[in-house]
Amino acid sequence: MTALAPLPVALPLIVAALLAAGRHWWPRRLADGFALGVALANVVIDARLLLLARSHPIVYWMGGWYPRGNVAIGVSLAIDPMGAGLALFAGVLVAAALIFSLQYFDSVGRLFHVLMLCFLGGMSGFALTGDLFNLFVWFEVMGAAAYALCGYKTEDPKPLQGALNFAVTNTVGASLALIAIALLYGRTGALNLAQIGQSLGSSLDPLAVIAFTFISCGFLIKAAIVPFHFWLDDAHAVAPTPVCILFSGVMVQLGLYGVVRVYWSVFARPFGPHQATITALLAGLGVATTLVGAVMCFAQRNLKRLLAFSTISHTGVMTLGFALLKPAALAGSMLYMLSHGGAKAALFLFTGILLHRFASVDEMELHGRGRQLPGLGAMFGLGALLLASLPPFGLFTGEALIIDAAHESGYGWLHGVTWVAAVLTAGAILRAGAHIFLGWGRKQPGKRGQIEEQPETRGGHDHTPPAMWAAAAGLLLVTLALGLAPLRAGCTQIAALAMDTAGYQARGLDHPAPLPSAPVPAAPDGKAIFEALASCLAAVALAGIAVFRGFWPLWLGGISRALDGFIRPLRALHSGHVGDYIAWLTLGVAILGGVLTLTLR
Amino acid sequence: MSILGPVMGWFGYGVAVWIFCVGLFGLVISRNWIHLAICLSVMQSSTYVLLLEIGFRTGGTAPVFADVPVGTRAVDPVVQALMLTDIVVEATVLALIVALAVQIHRPTGTLDPDHLPELSG
Repeated sequence: MTALAPLPVALPLIVAALLAAGRHWWPRRLADGFALGVALANVVIDARLLLLARSHPIVYWMGGWYPRGNVAIGVSLAIDPMGAGLALFAGVLVAAALIFSLQYFDSVGRLFHVLMLCFLGGMSGFALTGDLFNLFVWFEVMGAAAYALCGYKTEDPKPLQGALNFAVTNTVGASLALIAIALLYGRTGALNLAQIGQSLGSSLDPLAVIAFTFISCGFLIKAAIVPFHFWLDDAHAVAPTPVCILFSGVMVQLGLYGVVRVYWSVFARPFGPHQATITALLAGLGVATTLVGAVMCFAQRNLKRLLAFSTISHTGVMTLGFALLKPAALAGSMLYMLSHGGAKAALFLFTGILLHRFASVDEMELHGRGRQLPGLGAMFGLGALLLASLPPFGLFTGEALIIDAAHESGYGWLHGVTWVAAVLTAGAILRAGAHIFLGWGRKQPGKRGQIEEQPETRGGHDHTPPAMWAAAAGLLLVTLALGLAPLRAGCTQIAALAMDTAGYQARGLDHPAPLPSAPVPAAPDGKAIFEALASCLAAVALAGIAVFRGFWPLWLGGISRALDGFIRPLRALHSGHVGDYIAWLTLGVAILGGVLTLTLR
Repeated sequence: MSILGPVMGWFGYGVAVWIFCVGLFGLVISRNWIHLAICLSVMQSSTYVLLLEIGFRTGGTAPVFADVPVGTRAVDPVVQALMLTDIVVEATVLALIVALAVQIHRPTGTLDPDHLPELSG
């Protein structure tokens, strides 16, 4: 059965090469069919791998280069359920994006399919590999495909600039990761994650600290953690809609996965005595990301950019789940990630439908025009409420798990942060929904330096093709189903397996190791349900206040102006200039490295 | 040599750090996409120097194990493989960046990243 292991990586890349080679004579529909077929095949294979790996994590040695003793020369795929699950999720989203784009672009060209498949292959490789250097290579493969997809509309300079900002910052991240890999190789003489972890042992030296700083910063750039997040809103605001759902739904989260994987396979033992420091540091990053994303989200009127900042905020919450270093919290992050990915992807597709119909993604341009699409409006609102952690769906369960673990670790105040962020992000989406689909509130003319979006299709359309409805509504249904499915126990097992450092190091070199077990966390109690419902209501109320700002009493206007004074400098930081982003990135690396070096001794 | 030994042992690392910092500085101050791409490439080449330095063995020969006695001291071949992969990957990304810059130049006639201020706020 392990013969299946390389297929999720190899299949998309091989078919991508075939499609690229024959792009001049293959009819469009055949390319569509092949690409979609590969994505669905990936889904099936990854699901099979996931089921197998739950009881027996799979280690596959490329070309039969098995390890001798504890020395691995060959390159391995080390498939545990966390990696297989992420690859599976990437496959599902790629399939949805391909279905959506069946009738979306007017002239898509064959290279779109090629790039999507390369992207899928890169993401699968990143999720499944057991080799540190390959982690870097797949990081760059998925990066290169993503940069090209982001700037796919080459006739318009804005997507190109967004793609350039994206490419430059992420390439700097890749270089940081590679420096860390070189340092770790110099110390341990190994590239296999399991072997590096074993050779590094539990000794904490400055080299391990520097290597951890560089590699985690490299991956956190992909994960768009503050202050590395600037590229994300630029890239999301201009990328084609089907590509946005992959960026927001899974690529950003893969960056976080990279840190989780490297931490628990290599650094968990040397850093073991300093878990409190690591938790504090990562929780600080998570809180900053959650709040900055939420505030900036509320300040947007370009729908895609608004959703992009909401992604940043929600990724911050996922970081909190990892930061607590507990199986239940990591399981919460996984549940949160799955439901967020589905709901956010659906919201992006709804935005895509609006763009297709009315050739705009500006909240005010679209004011009231969505009245003819009540069904879309209802789904849009439901998606927003899902993001406000509407019980009993996935974001609610995930957040409740994270918060329970936070209370145990003395980080109970994190709940306030996630609650405020959920209200702000969902409130912003609901406000946009009320403007667009209900036509409430006053229409503000003019654009405050916002992006004009070039339509991806010619002009407005009178009807929306069924494939677009199917993809968007299907994703929303899948998210609802995922939220109701009993995944709590399964995810905790998966998280325990991912955090089993000794077991990963043994299994990664073909030695047997017992499977870890973790207690199944309790279901969210009535208090959590009440608080989540309160956040949904607060989001609706906030949206209402924002929509009817014309009728505000004077004192409320004063508060609003004071808040504007606070938000304006924050907006100014998002300057769109890549040099500034690199400066922030450098500062972030310096601070993170400085804090780690000073506190870990 | 006995005095220079320890100095020479760190020299490569120093060069790598220097190249990295120069490239990074260039990225921050750059006002031209092509200049930016070159700075990125400079910064990346620090990883080549670092990898080579890590694999270097004083007195080692090239890692070709034909016609040499067993146990001959050789430099580490793995880092060279890593470096080649790195060069291929980075060349791809760099080509993409330059291609994007050319596409931007076509309609706007400028390579200044600040020419399009729409991506802000």
